[in-house]
This record gives sequence, C-alpha cells and structure tokens, in this order.
Amino acid sequence: MFRYQEEILANEIKSIVEKYGNKRENLLRILQELNDKYNYLSEQVLQNVASCLKISPSEVYGVATFYSFLNTKPKGKYVIRVCKTIVCDLNGKDKIINTIENELGIKVGETTKDGLFTLEYTNCMGMCNQGPAMLINNDIYYNLDPEKVVEIIEKYARGGDSNVD
Amino acid sequence: MLIDSKKQILFSEFTPGYGLSIALKMSPEKIIDIMIRSTLRGRGGAGFPTGLKWQATAKAQKTPKYIVCNADEGEPGTFKDRILLSDYSEKLFEGMTIAGKAVGSNKGIVYLRGEYRYLLKKLDKVLNRLRKIGYLGKNILNSGFDFDIEIVLGSGAYICGEETALIESLEGNRGEARNKPPFPTDEGYLGCPTVVNNVETFSYVPYIINKGADWFMEIGTEKSKGSKLFSISGDVKFPGVYELPFGVSIAEILELVGARDTKAVQVGGASGICISKKDFDKPLAFESLPPGGSIIVFNKSRDMLKVLKNFIEFFVEESCGQCTPCREGNYRLLEAVEKLERGECSINYLKVLRKLAESMKYTSKCGLGQTSPNAFLSIIDNFKGEILARPKKVND
Repeated sequence: MFRYQEEILANEIKSIVEKYGNKRENLLRILQELNDKYNYLSEQVLQNVASCLKISPSEVYGVATFYSFLNTKPKGKYVIRVCKTIVCDLNGKDKIINTIENELGIKVGETTKDGLFTLEYTNCMGMCNQGPAMLINNDIYYNLDPEKVVEIIEKYARGGDSNVD
Repeated sequence: MLIDSKKQILFSEFTPGYGLSIALKMSPEKIIDIMIRSTLRGRGGAGFPTGLKWQATAKAQKTPKYIVCNADEGEPGTFKDRILLSDYSEKLFEGMTIAGKAVGSNKGIVYLRGEYRYLLKKLDKVLNRLRKIGYLGKNILNSGFDFDIEIVLGSGAYICGEETALIESLEGNRGEARNKPPFPTDEGYLGCPTVVNNVETFSYVPYIINKGADWFMEIGTEKSKGSKLFSISGDVKFPGVYELPFGVSIAEILELVGARDTKAVQVGGASGICISKKDFDKPLAFESLPPGGSIIVFNKSRDMLKVLKNFIEFFVEESCGQCTPCREGNYRLLEAVEKLERGECSINYLKVLRKLAESMKYTSKCGLGQTSPNAFLSIIDNFKGEILARPKKVND
C-alpha cells in the first residue's frame, strides 16, 4: 500500500476511535463500525486500532477473531448466513443451502467470483417458529423455501439491498 | 383452561408509567421488598431470585452502579425475548428504570445480540419517545431521579448470554466467562456493582410494582410463582410464544400447540434436557422440570441421534475454548456421536463418555460447559433403543 493510502486509513480509523472515545470498553463497537466500513478487519486496520487505544495488537486481534460477525478475511458485499441449528434443520435448511449453492455456484464458506455474495452457516438466530431462516448482512428472512430464496438473492444481485417487511 | 387471560401478565394492558410512576414515589427499600416478596426468579434460565440480586447490588458500596439487560437470547429454540424487544420494549425499559431507582443506578445498558441488529432502529425510536415524554433521562416525571438506557450490540457469540461473559464483551474483551465470586452484584461492569437480568425478567417488574407481590404470587406453583413465556417450535401446528403459568405440563402444552405423534421434547434449549413420553405429565416449574424458555418438539419421524449431533455441533462451535472440560469434552462427545452413527460405538466406550459428561458438568468454568452434556446424557438415557447398536454403515 502506498504511504498516502496508509495515512488516509490511519486518519479514518483515528476519527472513528475518537467518535467512541479511546477506552478499552469501546473496542467492540469500534471494530463493528470498521467491519461495516471496510467489509473486513485487515491486520493493518487492527494495528491502527491497537495504537489508537494504546493496547497490544494481539489483544485487538484476539477480540476480532472471537466474534463470528467480525471478519478478519475479506468477504462478499453481502454475507448470507443460513441458520443450521436444530429447528431450522428440522424445517429443511438443507434445501435452502442446496438452492443457494446451485444458484451462486459456491459452497458454504466461499465467496462468489464477483465478490458479491459469501455463503455461511450460522447458529440459532431466534427465528425457530418461522424457519428456515437466514440473515443477509443485517436483514432477516424467514419462512424460506427454495423459490423464495432465489427471489431474495436476485433482488440483492440487482443491487436492491432493502429490508423485508 | 390453559390459556386464562387473568393469568397472563406480559401481554396484558400497559401504558408508560404503569409501574414507574408508582415506584418513583417509593423508597428503594420498599421496591426491593416488593420484589423479594414476589419471589420473581430470573427468566433467563438460571432462576436466581431477582429481588435478592437487586438487594445485593443496592447494598454494595462502590459507585456508579449499572443495570444491564441481557438481550443476548441465543439458546436454540428460544425467541420469546425477540417478541418482547420487538413489540413490548416499553415494559422492559420501564423495568430497568425501576431497577435503577431500587439499587441507586442512573445508567442502563441493553446488550442486544448481533443477530437482532435489525431491531436496533425500532428500539432506539422507543427510547427517544420515552425521553421526549419524560419517562427516561433527567428528572424522570419530576421525581429528581435520572436514568437513561443505551443499547450495545453483540457480534455473534452464544457464550455472551452468560452474565460474566456478557460483561467482558461490554468491556471490549473476548466473551470469556469470569470466575464467581466476585458476583456482578459486587464487581460487574467496569468493576462496579451491576444488576444483570433477562429481558423477560425486567418486563414483569412494572406489573409487580403496580399490582403487588401478592397478586403475582396467585399465579404458578408453590415454589415457582408467576407465569413464563415459552418459545415453542419444532413439529407442532402452531409454533410461537405462549405465556403460561408455572406448573403447566408438557402434555398440556403439546395439546395447545397442536403437536401430533410426539416422540420427544427438548426442554430448555440445547443446554436443557430431552424427555420422552414417560415424562410428559411432569409440570414445568423450577422444582420439577427446569423451565427454560424453549420447548422443541420432535415427532416420531425424527432420528434422535441426528438431533443430538446438531446440539453437540452447536456446543463445539460456541464453546469459548477457555477451559479444558468444555473445549475438549464437547469434541469427544461429537466423536462418540459420529461413532454411534456409523454403528461403531461400544457400550463400554459409552460408559466412559458418560463419566466424561458428568465431569464436564462439575468442572467446567461456566454454565455453557456445565450444561452442554445435558442433551447427550438425556438422549442416550431416554432413547437408548434407537441410538445404541445401530447397524454398521458401509458408506454414507
């Protein structure tokens, strides 16, 4: 990375840290915002946060890797998280996964070549009375069936990332 | 009749100030006295008496004090708090404010699980409205009492539903449980006295203050007073959240939700126990079947070993890895289930694993590890016939 880009990044991170205050208890919130902003938390981002908070980079890395909604590797613009826990499993999450895999040409854990979608499993997200369910970034979708899933994904592919009802 | 509207609390009439306007005229001691007499117990799963928790926090010397709401509802099969947060959050916020008045705290924090981030806007809107009409913020209802609430998001970690792990997460750390004591009532958030209660627990508070401890105690059983929200899902016709009095039996619930050909019921989520028909008449109460918020129903077509595997995979992933019994134990249990699947598990090996499961219960550091073998033990015990001695599989 060029020096001036490094400086821009450092300044952006500094201003986000300042917004919350450079106290340790704000670390998770800072990482959440940076994760949204940059799509993932690169080593460089984490090092900058560590120096702003005056703590060791390994401390920051430890936190970033602990939480499943924080990424330390690049992900697609839209992260699809399909619930795989018991009730969604009973209600047919396998069909949903198969449909998405076929539609996007990727397996669980992979990202599409155009960088648009990443497909993941997630654990129970509290939609058990309306499963199978999935999150796309922060939006929730439930009572899914294969046809509905394809429609939803197409909507995102067209660039309409609006929420449901 | 099972659903008696007189015995329903959380879905009954409510306007802001329902309990708060009364509580603000009471002394903190009086509020705590009512809460202790009501015998309300925590609805998050552990069932600790709420009044005693508040009393301990009120007595702690250090300041400031914090009121934390555990909205990290992650137990598989549980979604009751989502309904409360989405449609009834004023009750929760009022309960937290009353807790603040009782223990001498001016600051509330809702720890909202990352999976529920889509509720954040709505919750912030309610908070703003309450501030505008004087039920939150400085000098609430001209009483001289200040209290405000902030929402902090989690980022996808089941363990953060454990109260000390939740506090660690609030402090910007990995969500790893702490040793107890000290309890959060003495040393919680930022080392200060902290009340941590579940969403549902706080939501009962305005009603108890308004109608009194005796009214609350009319509902329920001898040792489990009041009603409880049950998240009911699985092989049922009408899944959803039901408010039912303590003492209701599984059989009654199954009838209510239109369950047919039921073989097994998981009570209390993945960390709870799986019961078979012989126990369907047992009442759900703290003194009988532990009434976690979650009821998952399985009909006769379900393979209980597959169910068990799903639960153990959950714990393997969600164990924070801090202590050995939980981190390693759950892996060993998963291996055993895979052996059982292939028809390769000897009954002697299973006996060894039973010992392992027991020692996980006693030696794990926090509730996650202590309860993670429950599903294993109860499914092995109650569904022996279908689980043991399966034919050897050649290839899947």
